[in-house]
Amino acid sequence: MSEAGLALPNARGTDQDTAPVFAEEARILGLPKSRWPGILAPIVVGVIMLVAWEGLVRYKNIPAYLFPGPLVIIETLLSDWATLSVALWITLRITFAALIAAVLLGGALAILFTQSKWMERSLFPYAVILQVTPVVAIAPLIIILVGDVNLSLLICAWIVAFFPILSNTILGLNSADHNLVALFQLYGASRWQTLRYLRLPASLPYFLGGLKISGGLALIGAVVAEFVAGSGGSASGLAYRILESSYQLKIPRMFAALLLISLSGIAIFLATSWLSHRLLYRWHESALKRDT
Amino acid sequence: MTMAQNLGSATGRAARRPLVSVRQISKKFSNGTLALRDVDLDLFPGEFVSLLGPSGCGKSTLLRLISDLSTPSAGTIEWPGAESADAYGRPEHSLGFVFQEPTLLPWAPTLDNVTLPLRLKKMNRTEANQRAAAMLDLVGLKGFEKSYPRELSGGMKMRVSIARALVTEPKVLLMDEPFAALDEITRHKLNDDLLMLWQRNRFTAVFVTHSVFESVFLSERIVVMAARPGRVMSELMVDAPFPRDNLFRTSPEYAHLCRLGSDALKKAIDA
Ligand SMILES: Nc1ncnc2c1ncn2[C@@H]1O[C@H](COP(=O)(O)OP(=O)(O)O)[C@@H](O)[C@H]1O
Ligand SMILES: [Mg+2]
Repeated sequence: MSEAGLALPNARGTDQDTAPVFAEEARILGLPKSRWPGILAPIVVGVIMLVAWEGLVRYKNIPAYLFPGPLVIIETLLSDWATLSVALWITLRITFAALIAAVLLGGALAILFTQSKWMERSLFPYAVILQVTPVVAIAPLIIILVGDVNLSLLICAWIVAFFPILSNTILGLNSADHNLVALFQLYGASRWQTLRYLRLPASLPYFLGGLKISGGLALIGAVVAEFVAGSGGSASGLAYRILESSYQLKIPRMFAALLLISLSGIAIFLATSWLSHRLLYRWHESALKRDT
Repeated sequence: MTMAQNLGSATGRAARRPLVSVRQISKKFSNGTLALRDVDLDLFPGEFVSLLGPSGCGKSTLLRLISDLSTPSAGTIEWPGAESADAYGRPEHSLGFVFQEPTLLPWAPTLDNVTLPLRLKKMNRTEANQRAAAMLDLVGLKGFEKSYPRELSGGMKMRVSIARALVTEPKVLLMDEPFAALDEITRHKLNDDLLMLWQRNRFTAVFVTHSVFESVFLSERIVVMAARPGRVMSELMVDAPFPRDNLFRTSPEYAHLCRLGSDALKKAIDA
């Protein structure tokens, strides 16, 4: 539609030359070069620690039922994999169900609270109460009241996991640039349009920050609740296996179950970090690397 | 070609019907600040007006009032020419707004930023994209449709912001110190390009600035404002013909007009 003679003659001048340049890094095995030190350094530290641990256990001749070395733990993990993998699956299932519930309910409540001041005023204090009450303290109550063990565990894990998502998303929904809000008003945007095109995308970085925290908390919540339920003899997840092994003095198995919990936590953290990077890398400051 | 100091409407203008008519507007904020007092301002179809004044004289407040983002404490703003009404039954004001910051959606590529006003008005995506692409071409950003705001320079982001404001083909374009944060060379370029766009589309331009040079270069009429309380002090006509270019920028008459503008601004600051 630009007519001859009216199009800008030399718009591509100075202002284009000052556009920021982003680092285009060489990649090793698909990852940017600068990421590798952050991956390798902790691995090196880990290997040194494990070797020292194994060496100490062997040198001092500490029996495996007191304090097993890493090799024995790996051995146990493999030999007991049948039982442990079932337990792992149970714990992970509760963790993910709780996390999904936290995302749905936390997100929905956040939207509701930012749409209605009265909703926020009347309900937010209860969200805080749920958050500050230690889950160990209410878990027995929930288990008795709910009856179904899996559902009780889910509720406990959800209680622990949902608050960071709720509070972060509320913050995000309210953090849209005020000039952009004015712009939407200027064009007569409806509430729904403002939510859909402005507030929700603006809240995404905050929501994802909350998700990273909640992922770990959901696992912690599930494990803690399992301990409570497990001491009543009615559970079958990883925490229950730890309890059981401690009664039976199968210490290597305790460590193996513990290892699985830690690995799950790390996997959840990496997955949420990856998701966050995927969704934000094109536009959010936290995910950009400027060439300097 | 002289700058005539005049109060009240210029001859010839008086016969035309204003597009926007600001009558005896006052704005007092709840904290007691009297941002504007008894402001009268007529905006005529197709003219280029600058609001010139020191910080705090209510320029931004006046733009917000005209664009209905804020309500006056007293007085009225009329749109004698408005024909249509929007979905909420309010008169459709056909406005574009350019803020001091580019104010783009950081998560959306350039094209989606420019289509935003059209999408909010529920125009179908294909047509919106076509219009936005044509608009981007016009502001010199062809080929940057898929770039994100982060990947653009300050001047380019401003161009996107202007494209977004113009994509609805508004009758009035309000600009609140849009180039204040840019370097001098980029600002000159954007001034040139803005005038080109204005001559092409003939919207009514209201340009807020505290730079005398910018206001003289761009406008047909300069409204000088004073602070505490914000009010209109004087009005200056700039009769230099368009198109204006670097030749005008370096001409003795431009220098002369700037001196007159500075004097008027100084009077307003001292008042
Ligand atoms: N929302 C507000 N609440 C209270 N005072 C305000 C508000 N906005 C602007 N003001 C005051 O009104 C006066 C005019 O402000 P503004 O229109 O931003 O001036 P300008 O754009 O000319 O610099 C200033 O004294 C400013 O502090
Ligand atoms: Mg201002």
